[in-house]
Amino acid sequence: MSDSSGTAGRPDTVVPAIELRGISKSFGHVQANKDISMRVMPGTIHGIIGENGAGKSTLMSILYGFYKADTGEILVGGEETEIPDSQAAIAAGIGMVFQHFKLVENFTVLENVILGAEDGTRLKPSLARARSLLTELAREYELNVDPDERIEDLSVGHQQRVEILKALYRHADILILDEPTGVLTPSEADHLFRILKGLRDEGKTIILITHKLREIMDVTDTVSVMRRGEMTATVKTSNTNPQELAELMVGRKVLLRVDKKSAEPGRKVLEIEDLRVVDDDGVERLKGIDLELRQGEILGIAGVAGNGQSELLQVLGGCRRATGRIRLNGEGIDPADHALDGQVWRERGVSHVPEDRQREGLILDFFAWENVAFGYHHAPEYQKSRWLMDNAAIRRESGKKMERFDVRPPIPELAARNFSGGNQQKIVLAREIERDPDVLLVGQPTRGVDIGAIEFIHQRIVELRDRGKAILLLSVELDEILSLADRIAVMFDGRIMGERMPDQTSEHELGLLMAGITDTASAA
Amino acid sequence: MTVLPKWADAILIPLLSILISFVISGLVILYLGLNPFEALRLMVTGALGSSYGWGYTLYYTTNFIFTGLCAAIAFHARLFNIGGEGQATLGGLGAALVCLAIPWPHWTLALPAALIGGALFGAAWAFIPAWLQARRGSHIVITTIMFNYIAAALMVYLLVEFLKPEGSMDPATRRFGPGAELPLFSDIFGLVGIPFSSSAPANISFFIALLACLLFWLLVWRTRLGYEIRAYGHSETAAGYAGISPARMIIVAMIVSGALAGCMAINSVMATERLVLNSVEGAGFIGLAVALMGRSHPVGVILAALLFGFLYQGGGELALWANIPRELIILIQGLVILFTGALDNMVRMPLERIFLMIRRPGRQGA
Repeated sequence: MSDSSGTAGRPDTVVPAIELRGISKSFGHVQANKDISMRVMPGTIHGIIGENGAGKSTLMSILYGFYKADTGEILVGGEETEIPDSQAAIAAGIGMVFQHFKLVENFTVLENVILGAEDGTRLKPSLARARSLLTELAREYELNVDPDERIEDLSVGHQQRVEILKALYRHADILILDEPTGVLTPSEADHLFRILKGLRDEGKTIILITHKLREIMDVTDTVSVMRRGEMTATVKTSNTNPQELAELMVGRKVLLRVDKKSAEPGRKVLEIEDLRVVDDDGVERLKGIDLELRQGEILGIAGVAGNGQSELLQVLGGCRRATGRIRLNGEGIDPADHALDGQVWRERGVSHVPEDRQREGLILDFFAWENVAFGYHHAPEYQKSRWLMDNAAIRRESGKKMERFDVRPPIPELAARNFSGGNQQKIVLAREIERDPDVLLVGQPTRGVDIGAIEFIHQRIVELRDRGKAILLLSVELDEILSLADRIAVMFDGRIMGERMPDQTSEHELGLLMAGITDTASAA
Repeated sequence: MTVLPKWADAILIPLLSILISFVISGLVILYLGLNPFEALRLMVTGALGSSYGWGYTLYYTTNFIFTGLCAAIAFHARLFNIGGEGQATLGGLGAALVCLAIPWPHWTLALPAALIGGALFGAAWAFIPAWLQARRGSHIVITTIMFNYIAAALMVYLLVEFLKPEGSMDPATRRFGPGAELPLFSDIFGLVGIPFSSSAPANISFFIALLACLLFWLLVWRTRLGYEIRAYGHSETAAGYAGISPARMIIVAMIVSGALAGCMAINSVMATERLVLNSVEGAGFIGLAVALMGRSHPVGVILAALLFGFLYQGGGELALWANIPRELIILIQGLVILFTGALDNMVRMPLERIFLMIRRPGRQGA
């Protein structure tokens, strides 16, 4: 362990804000944390980086009193502290900002801030105190939010600020942020980092959990790397680089670029003409989409989230009705037909990896093997008789598919809920790709997935393309589109703004298209 | 995150809940100046101490198995079917009409016919609220409650205006006749030489109920339909992605649910040989508690139905032999429902904490 050597070079006389000694925690046969020791110095931003399922969130949950460590001890400000629940964590000056906010949507900012920390039965004094504190914090740290705004009316970035304010209101000196930028736009993320730096300069200690290398390099003073439940290194951020951290995380050299030969597009598989969608609120989400997709190519759809990409995928996956004309393998399909559900598309050779694996792609309480049949539960090879499903056959096949897709652990009898995000995504991909579809629709294939799994998933998608299949790739990560797609279509406000070849365009040009600017871009 | 092992979730929590409700009931009995242990002894001997007691206990159990399964299948589709009472009422009407329609030559013909009649009527009564939810968005909890009242009123109307024999003062149909008489436990066990009280109403329906449990298990965990119902129950969004139609799931699950409630009629109506007012006697509501306590699994439903059968019969005996008001029995049953159904977390939370403490090795080294 390099923990003692890497405490940002501070003299030993400084007492760590947090010290963990020999923390271990297992869930059943999965050891989430193995003998972890770490010191977080006061007044620093300490990053914890690691792949999905490396044990970062478990470790922080122990620190915040959600889980109890099997062994080991926690020292806060040099004193051994028992943290049996979150109340104790708050009392010890630890505050946590969760990935998924815990706010009451129809309460105002002020009401949320004092919720659970009211001074007495009367609310007025607490509200007044909170209001003055909020004003003060807004001035000091750019933490400005209107205290009287309702949470449901705030942007995600502002909601996150409310979470930070909640922690500060409870006198947190140590702030833990779990994947804080996962839900933020780049500019919101930059703003957050300014806030964090301001807090650090005031003497607060910040622990930042992330799997994004860029964030670690940008804001942290010290970084600890976790891999498979162990803490593999703690280093001063200025003494390292992204490549080294990536290797420490994955345990081997990673290709940050996708290795693929140039595409050989074949005949047209999917033709879309004038596709239009009006949602339940009467808003037109797709305003006449024209696209064609050929065999052996990856068509990437780029765009800022919320510009109609999701609706396009839902229409092609049978989850939503639309008007317009679609031809699949030369055969006309009416997208307004209500009988055209996911089953029909799958039978015709269109597989669909949805954008949200937890809400759409998987039933989290089902076993992995039940999920491997999900959507294909009508397939003849899964039936034992007219009525009964052949569960034994599904289980056998799932085991094989899970191994081929390196799902860890490859145990079909485990509920989907018990897999990490990256492994859940591999289960979905195994299910869809192994059906050998003519067309694969993929939405956000690597959202919230760690580097090692990203590489694996990209390879599988390219392999499918090389077998002559057509792939429609939807991603909000421009890097992913640029490295994976053979052709790029940019969506803005329910329309296709233009198509570009990845080697003949730039991030700058795509960025302008994504913002809806066409003429100036081509004129410039 | 599941902290508790499966056995603790399925067995320990219900047992502890029952224990707590019994302790509180005991305290109430003590407060009334009676001996709670004596009361318990009366209940046990009354319900389980003789073949007569068993005959009644299992008769009630049969009713509760059917209504328990009725609630359980709806739970799997995340539907709260409170209409078991009304569906069982209509099932009774269906079974009675079948039994009255022709003079049946033998029970082996009458039983399947009545079963189909009861199931069809029960299913039809569940179909209307299901359709209203699937197509019109009317909440099934509200509509099924209303349908219970409509069923009760309909029954009074039909019995008084059409079904009661000419000149009778009693709102009940005529007797079904000897061809529709089901073999009682005394007949069945008599075949193998085991004596059983012939005045207890437990009959062959009990075995039909057990068969229904087996079919229920097959449906839910072995068929495509069951897979789709469970998938819909867990996540409507995911079901939509997989091409499972929510409207179809609501309607199918409710039809099966109503049919199961309707099947109860072979026990509550056919075995009593005529249709009376309120033949269901609240079994439809008990079914909800049975399904909750039985974790919507047929084995759990059987065990929970047995418990409630015991409470019904033992409670009746208690009211008969001890100086305990009838209302106290309802209190005991209510407490069991409260603790097993509604206050599940009250037992679960401390138990989880205990399990966490046991699993964690000692910190002596610290």
